[in-house]
Amino acid sequence: MTATATHLPGRSRRAERTLIGVAVSLSLLFVAAPLAYIFVRAFSQGWQVYAANILHPMTLHAIWLTTITAIVVVPVNVAFGIAAAWAVAKHRFPGRGILVTMIEIPFSISPIIAGICYLLLYGRQGLLGPWLRAQDIQVMFALPGIILVTMFVTAPFVAREVLPLMQAQGTEQEQAAVTLGASGWQVFRRVTLPNIKWALLYGAVLCTARAVGEFGGVSVVSGNIRGQTNTLPLHVELLFNDLNAVGAFAAASTLTLIALVALVVKAALEGKRG
Amino acid sequence: MSITIAGMTKHFGQTEVLRGIDLGIEKGELVSLLGPSGSGKTTLLKIIAGLEWPDSGRLAVDGRDWLGLAAQDRRIGFVFQHYALFPHMTVRDNIAFGLTVRPRAERPGNAIIAARVDELLRFLQIAHLAGRFPAQLSGGQRQRVALGRALAIEPKVLLLDEPFGALDAAIRRDLRRWLRGVHDETGSTTIFVTHDQEEAFELADRVVVMGEGRIEQIGHADVIHDHPATPFVARFMGATVELPVTLQAGRAEGAGLDLAALPRRALPDGPARLFARPGDILPIPDVSGPWTVVTRASTGAELRLVLTHPAVGEAAADVPRRTPGSAGLVPGTPVRLLLEAGTIFPAARVTPIAANPTHDLDRKEARP
Repeated sequence: MTATATHLPGRSRRAERTLIGVAVSLSLLFVAAPLAYIFVRAFSQGWQVYAANILHPMTLHAIWLTTITAIVVVPVNVAFGIAAAWAVAKHRFPGRGILVTMIEIPFSISPIIAGICYLLLYGRQGLLGPWLRAQDIQVMFALPGIILVTMFVTAPFVAREVLPLMQAQGTEQEQAAVTLGASGWQVFRRVTLPNIKWALLYGAVLCTARAVGEFGGVSVVSGNIRGQTNTLPLHVELLFNDLNAVGAFAAASTLTLIALVALVVKAALEGKRG
Repeated sequence: MSITIAGMTKHFGQTEVLRGIDLGIEKGELVSLLGPSGSGKTTLLKIIAGLEWPDSGRLAVDGRDWLGLAAQDRRIGFVFQHYALFPHMTVRDNIAFGLTVRPRAERPGNAIIAARVDELLRFLQIAHLAGRFPAQLSGGQRQRVALGRALAIEPKVLLLDEPFGALDAAIRRDLRRWLRGVHDETGSTTIFVTHDQEEAFELADRVVVMGEGRIEQIGHADVIHDHPATPFVARFMGATVELPVTLQAGRAEGAGLDLAALPRRALPDGPARLFARPGDILPIPDVSGPWTVVTRASTGAELRLVLTHPAVGEAAADVPRRTPGSAGLVPGTPVRLLLEAGTIFPAARVTPIAANPTHDLDRKEARP
């Protein structure tokens, strides 16, 4: 956050104040106030009710499911992000441009479409459905489906952070390491990785936040089975539809807390990323 | 280590960067690859390092084929133009890097590595910088660290790409002398790439002049300076004034030119081109001279004159300002030109400059 208040000559002081005022009040109205309201509602019937809601077995299961999903998805996407960025930034090969575009696809496609695609592919009536059934593997309406869709939706986050940095750094340091006798793995671990570690962490934090909060795609493939395939965001919706507002807000508050922690970590990393 | 390069070619896309390089380098020699950008000198260096691969040709070191050998296994020391130091490591760790990445069986113990690094730090006169990071160093200090990192693995061959390119003039001069000392003490075979003639000539035992992917001339400073082998070398060495002359019995004649000072050349009679440095041309006021002074500018020490001839075109001449009679060289003065030195090539060997656009990249032109 390096914004400094400079007064541009030729602009009236009043216009400046008005713009700042509008920006601040809109942020408060549309972002801060709803967030604060989540906590107000969650605690509206006191600590005990809040705690009971959080500790409800269905909510705990949803938290656990979301955590498991993030624990699987984030490392996979970190690995994917590094591999993709490495390939694109440090090498020239046919189809390189296509790979760059492919990495971006999940950003431009609505998650619900991703969910439907996976359903068409892995579902009972889907392309791979019969084969999967014969092997007794359940992908849809189970944890594998949730993980696959979340992986798809969060795939670009790490690659997008690491790629520009790797491109800016070029390949000279790696070449220097090679001439000094380093093996491919040594070059990666001792030269490439330390150079990208902050961008990598930053990408991982963004990826985690998104993986935890993913709703649209997961809602298609999970089947919303209470206590089985209900992730935290889905659970919030379910409670809300049950007219259990306090329960919904309590569950939502845990999601919000995760998001706020991610935000703080992200802000801290932003400085180091340089 | 003696290096033998034969018939080496390389292209990037449509561009031919190396068009058949043959070069032999003796053990312990300090050789410079000199040429304008785009001449292929850095590509050649990178091929020797194993960072690039030729399309065809041979590279042998002490008789052993090196093209089948990965860069990791060649044990060369490579110093990059922009140093490519590892920014997250201290100077000490940078220098130790090549020793610490060796396979466990060959890796020296930590105490031995530390002692070796200490020795290098002292040798390179940077012991006081051991704990700093590259971002905290000046350009010259980074250069020393980069060299130290390369020397740590006791390379058989030391390769430097524009080693002083990113430094200012005063530091350059110091480091040049210092690098010569390092080379003499380590006894390694050293090749460095530069586009700076002064640097190449002062530092190297032998200079290899490259242009457009070919070796144009190999030799010592004086020979290349006085007897450029090709029009390319002549132009590159600063003989930017080209004048049409006619050869007769080894003597050259030209319109308004006094060429008596030039030695006879064993060249066939007929049209030829004379290449001269502006500093070797002395305009002499002469009412019947066909040349005319067009502009005159002073740098304090020298007068920069531009002269014109109705048929030949323009030529530049640099005259010491205190030369007797130079006060009379004002615009409009008719003159003849006395050539103190110059090189003559038969007209057929001279390719028009327009056909070689890459030649012009690094030079200021003063064409006749």
